[in-house]
Amino acid sequence: MRRFVNVFVLLSLFLLPLPLLAAPDEDVELDMDEYLFGHVRDSYDWHVTTINGKPVSIPLPVIVISKTGGGLKVFSSRHLEEGGYEGFRIAPSDSKYAGKIVEIAPDGSEVRPWDFSMTKNVAGLLINSAILLLIVLGTARWYRKHDAREEVPTGGVGLMEMLVTMVEDDIIKDCVGPDYRKYSPYLLTAFFFIFVNNLMGIVPFFPGGANVTGNIAVTLVLALFTFFTVNIFGNKHYWKDILWPDVPTWLKAPLPLMPLIEILGMFTKPFSLMVRLFANILAGHFMILGVVAVIFLTAKMGIAINGGLSAVAVLLGVFMDCLEILVAFIQAYVFTMLSAVFIGLSRQDPEAETN
Amino acid sequence: MSLITPDFGLLVWMTLIFGIVLFILAKWGFPMITDSVQKRADRINGSIKAAKEAEEKLRNLSEEQARIVEEAKQEQGRILKEAAESRDVMVEQAKQQARDEASRILDQARTQIAAEKENALRDIRKEVAVLSVGVAEKVLRKDLGEEVNRSGLLDRLVEEASSNRDAKLDN
Repeated sequence: MRRFVNVFVLLSLFLLPLPLLAAPDEDVELDMDEYLFGHVRDSYDWHVTTINGKPVSIPLPVIVISKTGGGLKVFSSRHLEEGGYEGFRIAPSDSKYAGKIVEIAPDGSEVRPWDFSMTKNVAGLLINSAILLLIVLGTARWYRKHDAREEVPTGGVGLMEMLVTMVEDDIIKDCVGPDYRKYSPYLLTAFFFIFVNNLMGIVPFFPGGANVTGNIAVTLVLALFTFFTVNIFGNKHYWKDILWPDVPTWLKAPLPLMPLIEILGMFTKPFSLMVRLFANILAGHFMILGVVAVIFLTAKMGIAINGGLSAVAVLLGVFMDCLEILVAFIQAYVFTMLSAVFIGLSRQDPEAETN
Repeated sequence: MSLITPDFGLLVWMTLIFGIVLFILAKWGFPMITDSVQKRADRINGSIKAAKEAEEKLRNLSEEQARIVEEAKQEQGRILKEAAESRDVMVEQAKQQARDEASRILDQARTQIAAEKENALRDIRKEVAVLSVGVAEKVLRKDLGEEVNRSGLLDRLVEEASSNRDAKLDN
């Protein structure tokens, strides 16, 4: 306890200069909405930091296909900050397309073009995927060069083997059932994809920090992959259970009550996958951002309060980051496990089991 | 960009990127790792089984060994017993032979002694006869000198001597 207090006091002392540095901006009110959503939202450029009031950001390519006949346009996101490029500009905050690229139709209304821009999240996805490929293919390379029957990997390869074995033995083998080998590449890819993206989302600076798995489009695609895997490879028993389940006849004819519920269930399962991952990661980001915001919110309350609360915020931030690392793993684990369970349910064959 | 409405562009990109990542990893990534780990697991299981079998064999071998040692011990005991028996028989035989030999030698000696005694007696008897004749001759010569005429006496003496001899021979 005494040591804890010492660390706390020391931290407060270290953080004392912070409010002094922040002093010139004292008249600037912190826009909490902009601060929170700006960090978790997708954007056309990758904002790294702000030096002396000037934002430092990495420009990313904007790719749009005009709906008013302008064709395909590719340009740097730097032009958007300067006001627009060939009729394309970012819609103002009172527009229904606020923050997105729009073009102005001849009648003066805003039209949303086909927008395939490489946004911050796309860039994050590319970087994280590259890291993932590097790690997994690097691990696979070791096995190609060594005889795994004679040697046991150490270090990073050993860690990867441990993780892969854990996911395969604990999740895939148990949840999918006897023909798990067919699905194990997909489930392993999903696990490591989510895990790497979650972890990179916690890293607060470039190349991390993109809120990839906290974006609903990303989790939607992941959920759709599971959805199609389940329904394309589902067996006869799976479809019979949906369309003609083992319930009293009046529940399925003439009014197909149970089949309707089951068909709804087909979609709620991946929907829950999508929302769970999205909401957990987004909430984690919000929590960390909120804790850090305490430092800036208390900047005007004097050095003592600000320093003390900054120390609290840093300690809480450390705790939150640790928690988020845990959540990053748990969510990847849960997504993989539930996907495996859904696949396993679609592969069940009670007749074969009873025999 | 709203938080809960999926952005179409990002959907396309995500599908593309995840699809490619999935394809690459499913083809060159994870199967390589999982197969290798599976192979190792199989090998370890096989090794454990082989070790168990070897142990079993070893146990059988030591049982066999113990059995052989036991047999050898029994054989040893049997041979020792036989040796002792045959030794006893041989000693007995030797004793018997020695006894027989001894009695044979004794018999021989006894016969020889008896023969020697007979010879000695015969010699003594001959000597006594010669001495008696000598003595008688001397006596007779003296007596005959004095009373040569007394032939009656000579006859009596001869008779006496011969009857004595007969009596002795009868004995």
